[in-house]
Amino acid sequence: MGIELKAANAWTIGDKLATREAYGKALVDLGDQNTNVVVLDADLSSSTQTKLFAAKFPDRFFNMGIAENNMMGVAAGLARAGKIPYASSFAMFAAGRAWEFVRNSIAHNHLAVKICATHAGLTVGEDGASHQIIEDIAIMRAIPTMTVIVPADATEAYQATMLLADHDAPTYLRLGRAKCPVVYDDSYRFEIGKASILKAGSQVTLIACGMMVSRALEAAQALALEGIDVEVINSASIKPLDSKTICESARKTSKVITMEEHNIIGGLGEAVAACLMESGVGADFKRMGVKDIFGQSGDAYKLLDHYGLAVSDIIHETKSILKRSN
Amino acid sequence: MNTHEIKHKANQIRINSLKMIHRAKSGHPGGSLSIADILSVLYFGGHMKYDPKNPEWADRDILIVSKGHSSPAVYSALGLAGFFKIEDTLSFRSLGSSFQGHIDRMKVAGVEISTGSLGHGLSNALGMALAARLDSSPKKIFAILSDGELQEGSSWEAIMAAAHYQASNLIAFVDRNRIQLDGYTEKTMGLDPLSDKFKAFNWEVIECDGHDIAALNSSLEQAYTTKNKPTVIIANTIKGSGVSFMADQVKWHGVAPNDEDLAKAVKELEALV
Ligand SMILES: Cc1ncc(C[n+]2csc(CCOP(=O)(O)OP(=O)(O)O)c2C)c(N)n1
Repeated sequence: MGIELKAANAWTIGDKLATREAYGKALVDLGDQNTNVVVLDADLSSSTQTKLFAAKFPDRFFNMGIAENNMMGVAAGLARAGKIPYASSFAMFAAGRAWEFVRNSIAHNHLAVKICATHAGLTVGEDGASHQIIEDIAIMRAIPTMTVIVPADATEAYQATMLLADHDAPTYLRLGRAKCPVVYDDSYRFEIGKASILKAGSQVTLIACGMMVSRALEAAQALALEGIDVEVINSASIKPLDSKTICESARKTSKVITMEEHNIIGGLGEAVAACLMESGVGADFKRMGVKDIFGQSGDAYKLLDHYGLAVSDIIHETKSILKRSN
Repeated sequence: MNTHEIKHKANQIRINSLKMIHRAKSGHPGGSLSIADILSVLYFGGHMKYDPKNPEWADRDILIVSKGHSSPAVYSALGLAGFFKIEDTLSFRSLGSSFQGHIDRMKVAGVEISTGSLGHGLSNALGMALAARLDSSPKKIFAILSDGELQEGSSWEAIMAAAHYQASNLIAFVDRNRIQLDGYTEKTMGLDPLSDKFKAFNWEVIECDGHDIAALNSSLEQAYTTKNKPTVIIANTIKGSGVSFMADQVKWHGVAPNDEDLAKAVKELEALV
């Protein structure tokens, strides 16, 4: 339908905002452009930012109460009737509680519902482990036909939200609560199935998604000062994965580190590992992520540091992988 | 069609369902037989607008069968309604067949939503009802639910939400056959008083004999007049209805009739038609 990106929502590199804020803004722009866009929420509209759409298009906003299974089932029905539903809740409940509705009502029915889940990962922060889903990428990418997107910043989240209106497959969009630095300006164009090389380099490939992209860039800058040249890839499109970009980089560097705000099981790291092995690309490899343990309450950024996802951890892992001899 | 002809179609649905299950050596006879009359009234009683030549016709009414295991009855009704050749349904449950064990909208024309996992269909129907309202479409959204699936919490989420959104274009049947997989519903996990539950959730409630064509017809007519509320028609049915040795028998939930059973059942049903 030719979605138009609004220049008004151009952010400047270094601005800090949460991907959910960009999502909320995108929904309003979408609502203006297409009357078939409908939004559902499960009593979290002021957190997920769907309240912005609700205020402007009350007839096309459905608050389903604290009942995520029904919300996904209703979203499926709306899609079957030709609407373009965006269904939001915290990732814990959208992906976790409602998994079987996403699987059977939505995906098995081949309905292009956009499951836009905010407050994913450790950076929910103070709410603690009950809300810190670190399994969602794994369980969502395991569903046949499901597209999985983890935007790195507001610019990418905005564009992904807009693009999804035209995307003819069920999709999981993983969004965050915490503010993170904008890494793309308005010249960037996100594409489903495409990774983006944020910094070219020759010695080690860092592949990140979500909150970890800006941290990877920060690590790359620090490493450059020490004469270590790394490549930074943002793999926002986890499924489909951009195996071409990833394999080309891995062939060049022979050393790959993945990093994600997710359990090391089933996420970006394993997707990249499978892609490299099946493509016959041999590389030293390290997965950074939450090491198969639950989170806890705390400041969002301190939590990332605590669970081994600090910039210093990336620097450390880069140096250790450089010491490995093939 | 008059009530006699509608009943005749219902029994044809029953006969074909049993033939499918017999041939496949697996499937769910009990819950297929119990909804045969409801399906027949909807498809052949002039209640649903549909076009077998154009299954996606924009102005059609919608039926969502939430109890997807009753696929034999659904396929038989759609076959009799002209969506495809009824003989094709005999490939039921075999590798490569369109006629999956549980109804699949991607494979069979006329199936609006794939189901099988219990407790989804009413939510899906509510989504379609809300969409119809946004489109100012007069179309009706029907759903057929099992009684057992009302034990799913999600069913009550949907029941609550349909009343909240005053979905008066939504008409749900409950196939109240009082049997689920393990036994009688009231022994496994009681649902009574079911009408009161729906009333307490702000639904319009109609109860009728789910095998009485005239009663089903008039219940539907009454449902069309409901304002600002969804309607549930609690259809009191008999699981395995129409076949003496299957009627109200827990064991016929999910086993296939053998050659002898089939011959006996078909003989009984043919005597009715
Ligand atoms: C969510 C879910 N749990 C369990 C099943 C397995 N199952 C299939 S049919 C059935 C019970 C059928 O009883 P009821 O729902 O009342 O249907 P009917 O008696 O009309 O056949 C069960 C438990 C299922 N299909 N979905």
